Amino acid sequence: MTPRMTKLLLGLSAPVLALVAAFAITSLVLLIAGDPVGGVWGEILSVPEGRNIANIVNSASVLYLSGIAVAIGFRMNLFNIGVDGQYRVAAFTAAVVAGEAWLPGYLNTVLAIVCAMAVGALWAGIAGVLRATRGVSEVISTIMLNFIATSLVAFLLRKAAVREEGSNNIGTKEVPEGSRIPGISIGDGPGQEIYGFVIVAILVGVLYWFLLGSTRFGFDLRATGRSTTAAVASGISVTKMVVAAMLLSGAVAGLVGMPLLFGESYTYGSTFQSGLGFAGIAIALLGRNHPIGVAIGALLFAFLNEQSNPLQILVGVSPDIVAITQGVIVLTVVVSYELVRRYGVRLEQQSVARALESERKREEVTA
Amino acid sequence: MTSTVEGSGPTAPTGPVSVRLRGIGKRFPGVIANDDIDIDVHRGTIHAIVGENGAGKSTLMKILYGVQPPDSGTIEIDGEQVRLGSPADAIRHGVGMVFQHFMLADNLTVLENVVLGAEKLHGIGGAARAEIARISAAYGLDIHPDTLVEDLGVGARQRVEILKVLYRGARIVILDEPTAVLVPQEVEELFANLQGLKREGLSVIFISHKLDEVLSVADEITVIRRGTTVRTVSPSEVTARQLAELMVGSELPSPSTETSTVTDHVLLSVRDLTLPAPAASGQGRPLLDSVSLDIHRGEVLGIAGVEGNGQAELVESIMGMRPAATGAVTLDGQDIGAMSVRRRREAGIGYVPEDRHRHGLLLDAPLWENRILGHQTRSPSVKGPLIDRSGARADTQRIIEQYDVRTPGADVLARALSGGNQQKLIVGREMSGDPVLLIAAHPTRGVDVGAQAAIWDHIKAARREGLAVLLISADLDELIGLSDRIEVILRGRLVGTFDPAHVTPEQLGSAMTGAGDTASSGRPAEGEETA
Repeated sequence: MTPRMTKLLLGLSAPVLALVAAFAITSLVLLIAGDPVGGVWGEILSVPEGRNIANIVNSASVLYLSGIAVAIGFRMNLFNIGVDGQYRVAAFTAAVVAGEAWLPGYLNTVLAIVCAMAVGALWAGIAGVLRATRGVSEVISTIMLNFIATSLVAFLLRKAAVREEGSNNIGTKEVPEGSRIPGISIGDGPGQEIYGFVIVAILVGVLYWFLLGSTRFGFDLRATGRSTTAAVASGISVTKMVVAAMLLSGAVAGLVGMPLLFGESYTYGSTFQSGLGFAGIAIALLGRNHPIGVAIGALLFAFLNEQSNPLQILVGVSPDIVAITQGVIVLTVVVSYELVRRYGVRLEQQSVARALESERKREEVTA
Repeated sequence: MTSTVEGSGPTAPTGPVSVRLRGIGKRFPGVIANDDIDIDVHRGTIHAIVGENGAGKSTLMKILYGVQPPDSGTIEIDGEQVRLGSPADAIRHGVGMVFQHFMLADNLTVLENVVLGAEKLHGIGGAARAEIARISAAYGLDIHPDTLVEDLGVGARQRVEILKVLYRGARIVILDEPTAVLVPQEVEELFANLQGLKREGLSVIFISHKLDEVLSVADEITVIRRGTTVRTVSPSEVTARQLAELMVGSELPSPSTETSTVTDHVLLSVRDLTLPAPAASGQGRPLLDSVSLDIHRGEVLGIAGVEGNGQAELVESIMGMRPAATGAVTLDGQDIGAMSVRRRREAGIGYVPEDRHRHGLLLDAPLWENRILGHQTRSPSVKGPLIDRSGARADTQRIIEQYDVRTPGADVLARALSGGNQQKLIVGREMSGDPVLLIAAHPTRGVDVGAQAAIWDHIKAARREGLAVLLISADLDELIGLSDRIEVILRGRLVGTFDPAHVTPEQLGSAMTGAGDTASSGRPAEGEETA
């Protein structure tokens, strides 16, 4: 087997191991609760219909952006728990800007998205600057900023909001028709449209892959993540990298709410989807911060969410069961990656030792 | 290996054997760590185990302390064959270990640290306190149970570790490189304590690679090489050099340089470099106190000093890693004092750091990525803002060949290489990009003899090519052999200049500890050269 193949197989074995373990533990929970294990899995693992596929892709695009935002921090050993707060502040700002429609048509859309990224970056940047200058753990500061974000947005929403007709929900002014991002049809039935923003999400993934893997900036970022001390000795300014990574992570976090805003709700209100930032942490872990891995993770989470919806009606089990699965995945994924990593290091050391051994033997023969 | 036991022949102590190891073997994937090890440790003696880094000393001690089971062989303690499955087993059989890195909680008292995990022995109150006082008095450890550990110096902390082991009832105490962290006076105290243990009939196993210390303290010395026991000797029948040759198994390579290549062109000039102590340390004395030095083209300047006297700070200040440093640093006429680390590197400084794992490598990155480290802005690793993978790979391959890095290829993770090969890669990397100054901090620490000789050759070659070399080393023979001039650093100040052609390790040693007249007379080198 070539080393490349071994590497690929090892890389794949970790998530597979994690998923198998997670499914087993979920089954155990179902068994203990006396619920129909087969029925639940039969329903969840059934082939989704066209309408469901559209929902899965849509929801995955949102989760993907969130996952990438977290992954940028992870690559530098920064734990950005604040994606949740960052995307809310950003989505609210974008909704206000787009609702006001200072610019016509798609210029309005672009302006709103740029504002969202800027606000997201700024919100994350607070934690970055605190970390770089005062050594405040970004875990603590981003969690606190989440709370502040939630309250701040609720407070501002009251000022900026208009009441929806015939409802208690309040929201920002609707995004005008001309500034909405049209969906892409993937079938002819109703509801078989995916967000146009999916393209942007894919683009973000490609950019992330390119930036991290092929640029000097990306190298500095990864080097800092692997060893701060070695990074300093090599001439990387770690404080600058911390701020830059947080800004970047926040900017991508700012995009998280955009598919929903411009493709579905057209307004930011009290019903705007929450908790996307935390899902991003799990997905980044599952996808190993790799652009394709995160995509698979996002699709998997979206798939589980979508497929669990009818569980209550069809087999009488709460759809929350998949939240258990998702939670367990995060735990098992950490364990199995570590197991596989150790195994991989051992394999490599063996192969190095073998290669050197045979070299030595050759030398002895020739000598 | 029966010859081993015979080697201990005529002068061996004749007391009862407290530890007998026979045929101990331990293999790790791809490496034989221990192979057929035979050792007898007699009761009431200090038994030293010496060997190079990587010779298998640590593995052997882990086996004896129950951390790892041996693959083969037997362990007898006081005549009884035992299986040690865990450190708890080892303690039960009276084997205790003091690790090189202390395992003490700073914010707890000595008493709390000692009883932690051994609460069942004497409780956690008065009885425990009395027991600690008794042990301290019996062995002359001078430890007070209610002192906070954070108030203790390094030597006292080590005594607390020894006390911890004794408190748990150890009759056989293993010390892993105990003097590595101590200054000479503390080493003396430690040796006095060890004599105390010995007097009370305990057996001490002392692991070290500092041969002079071993010769002065041990009753018997076992030499380990490549995982196997070479010989057991008595300190009276060998010299340090013979012992070293037993350790490496051949005539020692000599670090001596060729004819002088020193020119009068100053490449690195440091003036009044001062680094204040961090405010948090509560220490008044600056870490570096107006250090001034010049290094010329083609010159190797060696810095001698007891570890922790400012060598690391000096290097890091010249590299720009210590923003608090004040003073002027000029590289080939260019003032680099205000530059960032990256710009200093670009200006032509190559840096072989003291701790290659922390500062020199990304252990979990492939070799070609490690080639880029420190050269992120220079070809062949980058093209504009982009990483040039093929360029970096090709250049890594060049380093692997030129510097004889033993690896299957450039895609191997740095972690998979041995210390010597990691170091050769770093030296090769730092010599790329045409540096004018090479800073080498402990370049041969923890590498095998082959790699050591190769690294010495590279430093000599750098000197021939007209680089200025700043060499920091704890190995005085290395310093004397390679340097054109030696400065001694003590408490952050340069206290004396020596000519390596006329200085002995003993003279350097006394200057390093501030003994003799060096501190008062300032620069004794002039006087010595005329003498």
